[in-house]
Amino acid sequence: MTHANPTRDGQAYVVRGADLVGGGRADLLLRDGVIVEVGSLSAPKDVTVLDADGLVALPGLVDLHTHLREPGREDAETIETGSAAAAAGGFTAVLAMANTDPVTDTAEAAERVLDLGQKVGLVDVQPVGAVTKALAGEQLAELGLMARSRAGVRVFSDDGKCVHDARLMRRALEYVKAFGGVVSQHAQEPRLADGQACCHEGELSGRLGLPGWPGVAEEVIVARDVMLARHTGSRVHIAHVSTAGSVEVLRWAKSQGIAVTAEVTPHHLLLTTDLLGGYDPVFKVNPPLRPQEDVEALRAALADGTIDAVATDHAPHARHDKEHAFAEAAFGMLGLEQALAVVTTVMVESGLMTWDEVAAAMSHRPAQIASLTGHGRRLAAGEPANLVLLDPSAEGAVDRDRSLSLSRNNPWHGRVLKGAVHATFLRGRATYLDGGVTR
Amino acid sequence: MRHLLSAADLARDEALQILQTAEQMHQVQDREVKKLPALRGRTIVNLFFEDSTRTRSSFEIAGKWLSADVINVSAKGSSVSKGESLRDTVMTVAAMGVDGLVIRHHASGAPQQVAQWVDAMVVNAGDGTHEHPTQALLDAYTIRRRIGDLDGRHVAIVGDLTHSRVVRSNLILLRTLGAHVTLVAPPTLMPSGVGAWAKEDGFDTSYDLDEVLPQVDVAMMLRVQKERMSGGYFPTPREYTVGYGLTRERLKVLPEHAVICHPGPMNRGLEITADAADEARSLILDQVSAGVAVRMSVLYHLLASSEGAEK
Repeated sequence: MTHANPTRDGQAYVVRGADLVGGGRADLLLRDGVIVEVGSLSAPKDVTVLDADGLVALPGLVDLHTHLREPGREDAETIETGSAAAAAGGFTAVLAMANTDPVTDTAEAAERVLDLGQKVGLVDVQPVGAVTKALAGEQLAELGLMARSRAGVRVFSDDGKCVHDARLMRRALEYVKAFGGVVSQHAQEPRLADGQACCHEGELSGRLGLPGWPGVAEEVIVARDVMLARHTGSRVHIAHVSTAGSVEVLRWAKSQGIAVTAEVTPHHLLLTTDLLGGYDPVFKVNPPLRPQEDVEALRAALADGTIDAVATDHAPHARHDKEHAFAEAAFGMLGLEQALAVVTTVMVESGLMTWDEVAAAMSHRPAQIASLTGHGRRLAAGEPANLVLLDPSAEGAVDRDRSLSLSRNNPWHGRVLKGAVHATFLRGRATYLDGGVTR
Repeated sequence: MRHLLSAADLARDEALQILQTAEQMHQVQDREVKKLPALRGRTIVNLFFEDSTRTRSSFEIAGKWLSADVINVSAKGSSVSKGESLRDTVMTVAAMGVDGLVIRHHASGAPQQVAQWVDAMVVNAGDGTHEHPTQALLDAYTIRRRIGDLDGRHVAIVGDLTHSRVVRSNLILLRTLGAHVTLVAPPTLMPSGVGAWAKEDGFDTSYDLDEVLPQVDVAMMLRVQKERMSGGYFPTPREYTVGYGLTRERLKVLPEHAVICHPGPMNRGLEITADAADEARSLILDQVSAGVAVRMSVLYHLLASSEGAEK
């Protein structure tokens, strides 16, 4: 979907000497929402010059999986604070998950999220529609009306809950074909991992006495859904893939030409089960953190394209919702502000991925999956000026208190990561610059 | 040792010291006046998020016989549903000026979390399906009184190991005290990842009680809840008893010198027959009577020697 740009401020920029993905070192002239020129440029008088020496320019990041909590839990995050965190993280578009209160399961609800996002204007907030009414897993939500609405919903998900009924999943996959939609599945067979399951099932869950969440509960749904996608000729997307077994299934499915795509979160690329040893609910997330073998398999799958995209599953929670006993605390962790630094640290520094491949996994592919035509474009003349400037050599410890999110359930706190976002541009306007968001 | 959260908090000499002090405390039980002045002026709160008459009253008596002021706070029911966080509940209690918190919680790890928030010393009185260190101490105490040192002794722990908090504490403490442990259960009732765990920590596992039983010094039978049947952990109580119950036939292959423990409450006829529970080799009643002495010893070691005891 293309978005209007009601906040265009007329400010023009020359970004001087950035490393362009796939294009070498160049200057960029940004004006009137587009990249006007790329090359060796002299700056006109009315233009702000930004020294980008040593910075990498990537197309604006697209997050397929964000929880903004508004409406319903504005004490944990609002569309405004979540948008600020997104801009600070280098994102120009985020897909806002449907599990708000009320649930985004109608055209009106979707349009409301879209409008609130546009009013803030820091990032394109694209609503995800629920697959089933009230996320109850019983009857389809008004998928077509959401698709036809001003919000033009194309991604549907009951995220937080699995569409576990095989017949309902089949119907949803078939139905969204009419308007080029995709179902993003939270793969969790509820009979194998119920709502109590909160620790990767294995030695540590045994020692800690925490209800186990076995990898197989994800894998059987991934396997089922790729077969349903093959049977229906539909597109399915697997949210937050967390196990080596799921990767194997995806690799096979892709080799068969099945239309399946998949995402991995920054936390599943770096954090492991053993962090649960102290029962700190900050590390409680769904699906749970997995052992190192799974982490390695996920990295390899992202590097070889078996996993298409990095998506944050940014899940802010009010402090008191995380101060319960581990098994009773809320699931989820923050991700928007550290996602690019995690990918830089884990995938680029290690030589597993090039910047081109990062651009694909964090911008081009997610934009394609979500049918966001104005995002995930090349950095070339005539294209929308959506980009992020990253300082790949900046290194520092994450401080949760400097987050722009309303919440503090930041699993990266105290961890040293490489790569810092220097500036973010949404249609030519700097949304993040000089360490702050600009409205 | 500032808190007792896990049996792993106890080094061998600390564990032995607690067991030794428990002997002395046990003698108090037979006195006419059962009070020691050790914890006079100290306040202990039994904060129970889950019902447990036996454990709570045993901690209550233990505190009172040491002259502490003991208050019972029942916080039953999920704090989530009440809208108050665990931290809120605990900080409210701690703000009253408490020296010791004895915590029972239905969720694993809760006492560990609490210990990070409060200044008071924390005793884990059972958390979820995780640990119950004072139960392990009183089991060890009872066994030692009957058969002596645990070094080189062989203990089989039999039953619902997945859902038991007793098994984890016992496994750790028995090994600290030098015993060899074999866990016996059907595969569905073994803890997750027990294979890797056993290899790392050095204990055995078996699905075959008849093979293990003739070699043991201690048979520790754990409660099996009939509700587990609905979870498909085993087909019927009858089948469980045939495979894993301490039946009359199995009593015959249990070595003459071996003893039988059960932390209770028992399901007579399921994991243990009436004959086994009541026979001379059974320590089941001794376990109950040792509960107070062992808990007195724990409270004494944690509170009497800590700073501020004479405030």
